[in-house]
Amino acid sequence: MFKVLRKKIYNQYVFELEIEAPLIAREAKAGQFCILIPKEKGERLPFTIADFDRKKGTITFIIQVVGKSTQMMYDEEYDFIPDILGPLGTPSKIEKKNNVLFLSGGLGIAASYPIMKAYKEMGSKIISVVGFRNKSLVFWEDKLKDISDEIIITTDDGSYGLKGNVVSVVDQIFKKYNIDKVYSIGSLKMMKASVDAIKKYGVEIIVSLNPIMVDGIGMCGACRVVLDGKIHYACIEGPDFDGYKVDLDDLILRSNQFAKEEGACLRDYLLNRGNRR
Amino acid sequence: MKSRNTFPERDPKDRVKDFASVINEFSFELAKAEADRCLQCPTKPCVSGCPVNINIPKFIKFLRDGDIKSSYLTIREDNFLPSVCGRVCPQERQCEAKCVLGKNSIAIGKLEMFVGDNALKNGWHEEINEIKINNKNNLKVAVIGSGPASLACAGEVARAGIEVDVFEALHRFGGVLVYGIPAFRLPKDVIEKEIKALEKMDVKFHKNILIGRTISFDYLIENYNAIFIGSGAGFPKFLNIPGESYKGVFSANEFLTRVNLMNAYDESYDTPIVKGKKAIIIGGGNTAVDAARTCLRLGYKDVFIVYRREEKDLPAREEEIKHAKEEGVQFSFLLDPAVIIGNNDGWVTGIEFNIMKINGKNDNGKSIIEKTGKTTFIDADTVIIAIGTTSNPVLRSVNGLEFNERGYIRVDKNYQTSIKNVFAGGDIVTGSATVIEALGAGKIAGKNIVKLLSL
Repeated sequence: MFKVLRKKIYNQYVFELEIEAPLIAREAKAGQFCILIPKEKGERLPFTIADFDRKKGTITFIIQVVGKSTQMMYDEEYDFIPDILGPLGTPSKIEKKNNVLFLSGGLGIAASYPIMKAYKEMGSKIISVVGFRNKSLVFWEDKLKDISDEIIITTDDGSYGLKGNVVSVVDQIFKKYNIDKVYSIGSLKMMKASVDAIKKYGVEIIVSLNPIMVDGIGMCGACRVVLDGKIHYACIEGPDFDGYKVDLDDLILRSNQFAKEEGACLRDYLLNRGNRR
Repeated sequence: MKSRNTFPERDPKDRVKDFASVINEFSFELAKAEADRCLQCPTKPCVSGCPVNINIPKFIKFLRDGDIKSSYLTIREDNFLPSVCGRVCPQERQCEAKCVLGKNSIAIGKLEMFVGDNALKNGWHEEINEIKINNKNNLKVAVIGSGPASLACAGEVARAGIEVDVFEALHRFGGVLVYGIPAFRLPKDVIEKEIKALEKMDVKFHKNILIGRTISFDYLIENYNAIFIGSGAGFPKFLNIPGESYKGVFSANEFLTRVNLMNAYDESYDTPIVKGKKAIIIGGGNTAVDAARTCLRLGYKDVFIVYRREEKDLPAREEEIKHAKEEGVQFSFLLDPAVIIGNNDGWVTGIEFNIMKINGKNDNGKSIIEKTGKTTFIDADTVIIAIGTTSNPVLRSVNGLEFNERGYIRVDKNYQTSIKNVFAGGDIVTGSATVIEALGAGKIAGKNIVKLLSL
């Protein structure tokens, strides 16, 4: 059992949980994730470790409502989470770089933040571009401002920051800075567009993947990704992969595998919830 | 000479509707009638067929004399989990294959299951564990994984009065017995009872801990007197042919884990699973058969097991193949997948196979196959790949731990690895093998750990 210390709701889709998990906090490194079972008879859900505090022995997750399980976690107050396994995956490779660009889409911030922190500690300059669909979905702005040397916020509809998406400001940033390394973390489509936009600069780009997973320890192969024509497991070798090598189209194809079942499950839940209220 | 007795099984038409046991319990009279057929050969050929050399004639003799408890204790000298092995061992290739009665061999597996189940019912499996830990030297042993090898090792070490911590990465204990083997073949309460018995011996079970990630291997080295690695070989292989990314293509491990470990068949659980109409399972082992029979129980109409060799080469247990056929699983042979085909929405629609032909036999007696140059297509909305597993890479970075060229841990005859006081056994040493072999390895490793720590 893992004690939930704090829950903060940012908007109608996104919330934050801070959980007591001293063993995980002790070993956690930037780029890693956990598998969490929110309740008895629940699914195994992978979430990036968005922040951790070794002294306090806590880990933080940013969770977006995508299905029944996450909707329930949003709606209900859980005092305890029965099962959390982690930290999983291979930590991000943090190397000495002068200027690191982070392209983060929406919830991607949660995965970017610990990596930014690690680079900051190495003395790198952090340039953040963060994209949201609209103003109401913006979160963690202060946290990101604190850690970034420059930050640009974009919204699709222009309701906050620059109108556009994270990729639309790439050229402007490359004019201003000598970027040494790029991280792109967000939807598969956004990561693909980032890779295409960075390619011409010949700069290394890392994408962080969160494909469907069951066990998170290399047992099921659901998280398989194709690199240079060969199968790799995101849960063990990832979530970070070389953006130029990973076949993002292949992942886009598979990403909605359970959309029908999950959609039906969420619909039933929402209908029942409506009745109860 | 009387022929082999038949044992009660549920009607195939009923049993495909649920995940309850296919084999029914049976009476002492039937067990005794079967035991009475045993010739008690002085040469005991059956014992040599058993990977852990259970004294089979002796346990059968106790059984027919009505002393089921002594029968159980006899098996327990060599096999930690008779209820499990009676159900999952390929007896037709082991003990029963060596029986002098040939085709009419004694149903050793069924008798072992009968004895084991009686022990669980009467609590004999707990009595045997009565020696509580009297750990005067503060000795501690860490066991990685909670599958058969680890359980056998933990039991052996705990019985000597040494403290044991078992670390399991998943949220349930039992390893492959829980995530792999379906409940209709191995009821889940069998393994739960065995684990409870170990808990009564003060073996401490810790879930959600992946050694090498949650707790480092070095931490175990610093804090424990000995370590046993029984992490298994659960890293699924894929075909590496075009089309494996289509939706509806699963590894058998994923499919079975969703159903067995995560109870996807049970509406009260949230685990999603794709339920289609027509499934193709690639492979011929127990996992392939388990996946096929699971499909039927999820409501699939047509389920095909497609194997690249011939029927006689199927590695699966004979009884499972028989059960699968009775339930309506169809088998196709001499077909090797060439390309998985899908539609524009990214869903699998079928597989194109190379039609193979036999060209002799290899040293193991298995058919050698080659392409005929012809192909055929079978349509399906679900494809399950059950062509085996390989070693999990998580522990490969441990300093000084040696692996063989296939990625499995190297051990000496005592099951000690290249690191002193670190032992390993089960599939992480041998590659995919049977439950009984893992139990045997865990037990011997456990004994050697005790010997080492008693010096």
